[in-house]
Amino acid sequence: MGQETVAETIKAITRKHLEENNSLLLGQCISAVGWVNGTVPDCQGIIELPMTDIAGAGIAVGAAMMGIRPIFVVRFQDFMTLNGSPFINYAAKSKELHGRSTPVFIRALASEGIGPVHSGVLHSMFMHFPGFLVCSPMTPKEYKNVWQVFMEKDDPVFVSEHRLSFQSTEELLDVMHEHADITLYAISASRFQLAEVANELGKEGITCNIVHIVWLKPFDILDRYLEPLTRSKRGLIIDASFEICGAARSIAYELEQASGYPVKALGLQDNTKCLCPPFQNKFPDAKKICESVRKILST
Amino acid sequence: MRNQNYNVPSGISSQFSVNLSLEIFKKMCLVRYFELGLIDAIKEKQVNYQAYLSTGQEAIAAALATEIRDYLVFTQHRAHDVYLTFGGNPKMLRDEFLGLPTGTSQGKAGSNCLQFHQNGLVMFGHHGFIGENVPQAVGAALATKKKTVCFFGDGAAEEDYVFSAMGFAATHKLPVYFVCIDNDLSILTPTKVRRSWKITDIAKAFGMPAIDIADDPWTILHQTQELNNNLPALINCYVCRAHWHVGVGVDDPPEWDRYQLVKNELISLGHEHSISDIEKQVRQSMETLWDKKLLLKPLKQ
Repeated sequence: MGQETVAETIKAITRKHLEENNSLLLGQCISAVGWVNGTVPDCQGIIELPMTDIAGAGIAVGAAMMGIRPIFVVRFQDFMTLNGSPFINYAAKSKELHGRSTPVFIRALASEGIGPVHSGVLHSMFMHFPGFLVCSPMTPKEYKNVWQVFMEKDDPVFVSEHRLSFQSTEELLDVMHEHADITLYAISASRFQLAEVANELGKEGITCNIVHIVWLKPFDILDRYLEPLTRSKRGLIIDASFEICGAARSIAYELEQASGYPVKALGLQDNTKCLCPPFQNKFPDAKKICESVRKILST
Repeated sequence: MRNQNYNVPSGISSQFSVNLSLEIFKKMCLVRYFELGLIDAIKEKQVNYQAYLSTGQEAIAAALATEIRDYLVFTQHRAHDVYLTFGGNPKMLRDEFLGLPTGTSQGKAGSNCLQFHQNGLVMFGHHGFIGENVPQAVGAALATKKKTVCFFGDGAAEEDYVFSAMGFAATHKLPVYFVCIDNDLSILTPTKVRRSWKITDIAKAFGMPAIDIADDPWTILHQTQELNNNLPALINCYVCRAHWHVGVGVDDPPEWDRYQLVKNELISLGHEHSISDIEKQVRQSMETLWDKKLLLKPLKQ
């Protein structure tokens, strides 16, 4: 366990990039309230965008076309339905169409429980379009690795962050058992639930492998994913975004095809994430995941 | 309002050197004869992809290319004129239409997504969202502080993100020259049906200089020389599109044909022989480029 939180890691990476590479960070309301949960430094290269969601993203794309590798921050992923179009239509296509890349680091922050327009998790949408790298780092080390990949490659990277990770210093590690009943793969904030899930189900005599997924696209079928599945013979992908047409189902399909074993998906229900319980449509917590596992093992 | 002499000062052409005027005319010829070859190739089905023709609006890019060739260039869907006048390779544009790997984007992008990054020209095209190149141009100027020209149309001027990007350029005093190619049509819907305001008034409200002018090349050049050290700024150029929004078809005759008007002006200035020679030379080179027998060869690749 390190000392640096995810938020501090993001802030340090950003400061280094802006000061040493003379790059830009663009976003709305960056400095006014807490510097985006303490993830943005007060240094050169911060561009406060006016409340112009599409133009703001287009300006970031224009800066990216000049090769300065800008960081674009959208404080709530829900706003990506507005901010997304310049990235989708231009940045993600330019390399394939013209052989000219448009590298931009899109920081899209997710939240939980703050209503229908601020609790969205939209990484699945960006997996759909060719040209993006899509990831969801939840630990300091993962974030550093994601940044390194961005700097080494020349693609736009959609980084699905989650506020629930920002104060964490923990590295989340896979847990493997020789004779597990099921392998659980988790994405985004659901990953923080897995230790409790394993503990609860363990009391019932159910043993779970735990696998953490950071990179959603490209989704390489790693030995780390397949090997535990071939032993447990059952899998469940858990994600904090919508299940229909979502990351969990897509990855479940990939792993089922690759392994020949049944892999289910668990994500958000096909309902708006409303403000108050019981209508919040929260990401799969330990209770929901446990219920899902029991159901899978009973069939 | 909109007419072929709108804000065109009397005798403006005589304020510029003969060589410059002939250079502008040569660039206009290049666009017109390139597109005549392209139109033939489309009609004879040697080219099977959509074309957004610049014929009718050549004068604007031809004039600007003589003055601001070193700017970062951002274009819209109708960009053959900018491409050819600013120094894009005609053969590579032809090959793009033929879907060849020697095309501007290896045949993957086509007429409305043109890019060119050779011979000192930095030209980015858009990807089909009308006006998306405007915030991109502003972002490029923000990142580099380089002078940037952005071409867009009267339809793009109505996109919300175009306003916002212009406002951002004004706020940050970015060196962007906004050039609105106002053909008064969005596909076939006239401007007066779509809106009651002028983009120049919007630009002025943002605090930048802005002017409506007809597409007379000497007037455009004159205004550009006035504005290019006072950016951001906007010119809205009244122009006539000769062909359909997309494709080689034609509707009613255009209100004016600037190509012919420029020819007439040069003849009145005593340059008949020079323009005849220029036209002949450009026509021959474009006929060679689009030669039917030669076309068969790249098509077999």
